[in-house]
This record gives sequence, structure tokens and C-alpha cells, in this order.
Amino acid sequence: MSDKLTFNFDVDGEDFTSAGQASVQIKRNLRQLGIDSDTIRRVSIAMYEGEINMVIHAGGGTAQVNVCENCIEIVLKDEGPGIKDIDLAMQEGYSTAPDNIRSLGFGAGMGLPNMKRNTDEMKIESEIGVGTTVTMRVNYGG
Amino acid sequence: MKISTIKELLNAQILCCEENINREVFSACGSDLMSDVLAYVKDQAVLLTGLVNPQVIRTAVMMDMICVIFVRSKKPGDEIIELAKESGIVVMITDKRLYEACGLLYSGGLRGNENK
Repeated sequence: MSDKLTFNFDVDGEDFTSAGQASVQIKRNLRQLGIDSDTIRRVSIAMYEGEINMVIHAGGGTAQVNVCENCIEIVLKDEGPGIKDIDLAMQEGYSTAPDNIRSLGFGAGMGLPNMKRNTDEMKIESEIGVGTTVTMRVNYGG
Repeated sequence: MKISTIKELLNAQILCCEENINREVFSACGSDLMSDVLAYVKDQAVLLTGLVNPQVIRTAVMMDMICVIFVRSKKPGDEIIELAKESGIVVMITDKRLYEACGLLYSGGLRGNENK
């Protein structure tokens, strides 16, 4: 697998119940490619958290997963309100999610830190009123 | 512990993937907060929860879990069952409350993550 393999998904922001579909699909795709289960789990947890974030905060967005020879890159892009203070958003327990999201089992302020924990690199680019792009990288094999 | 033993201990009803009830599991966790499950759970194959929505199953899929137990007789809808079937996750319901259900499994020998 020397060439990069790319998967693209639209993340629907309308309906919270469908959030996570792309992550379930990518998990299957990676399994078919024979990627080891630990790597798959890290990628899918990070992407799932990101997907949930896009649905809660940004009205959806797009997800791109690039499978390279030694790493998997996940790019989550939205045109939502942007993140005011990224350092604050990275703190465990800090959340701006509305209460109804909490009653659905999310919004505890664990998403971004958990994405960072499960990936080897994570970059957040955000502009107020324009949107947010989160790029994550999980190294494997090698 | 076999999933079939969990069913007996909790006097539970299996809603799907009964073909997998002879699979062996070694630890479990109980939570209504999927954020916590995603952040703290490691290698637990069973999730007990009072929360009923499709994200429970997706969370279980992400964590490589193989059994989800809904407590307090909360019955999941068809959409949830279909999602579980796609991933071969055994879904059951019990009339026990979360604390009691966890306690029954724990005292039956199914522990949390003790390697932490």
C-alpha cells in the first residue's frame, strides 16, 4: 500500500441520532484493509468524537480519512461558529454543549482531549464565524 | 464469563445476536455518559447503561464491545437493534437498575478494568 487511499464523508448536522455513521464506516474500511485493531480503535474513537462535535456545534461538516503507508490522517472540516479559545476547549470538563446534548450522553467536555489522547498529532485551526478544521494523525506499523 | 451467564444473572431478555451468547467476556462497565465510556474505558467488552439512543451502540462499536445491556427495562427501538445487528453486538434488557445490575455481575466474577 504505497499510494495514499482516501475516504470522504459528509457529516449530516441535522440529526444527532445519525452522528457517528462515518466513523462506523471507516472502522469497517480499515478492518478490510487489514490495519491492526489498536490503530483502528484509536482512529475511530478520535473520528467519532470529532464527528459528534461537528454535529453538536457546527451543523455538520466533512470528514476525510487518508490511509498512508505508516499513518492515518483524519481531516474534519466544518463551517460552524469556530472555537473562541482553543486552550480552554482542550481542557477536560470544559464544554459549551447545550443541556439536551448532555441528556443524550455527550457534552461532558471530554471530546477534544480524548481526540488528542488517541492520536499522535492533532492540529486545530479555527476562525470565528468561518469554521474549524481539525487534522489528526495516527502512526502505525513502521 | 459467558454472555449467556450474564443473561441468567440479570434475568435478562436478549433482543438480538443471540448466536453470539457463547462468547466469553472478561470485564464490563456501567455508564450513562458515553463521553466517559469513550474516554476511560479500555478493553471492557460489556456496556451496561440506562441511556437509550443509537449513539450507545455506535460507542460500543468504537470501543470493540460485544454486548450492550439496557437497564430498568428500557426498550430500544428498531433502529438501535438494526445498528447492533450490523456489528454483531448482543443487546439485552433487564428490569434491574444500573447499580444492581453491575453489582450482580461483579459479584458473579465479572470485574471492571483491574489493570489500570
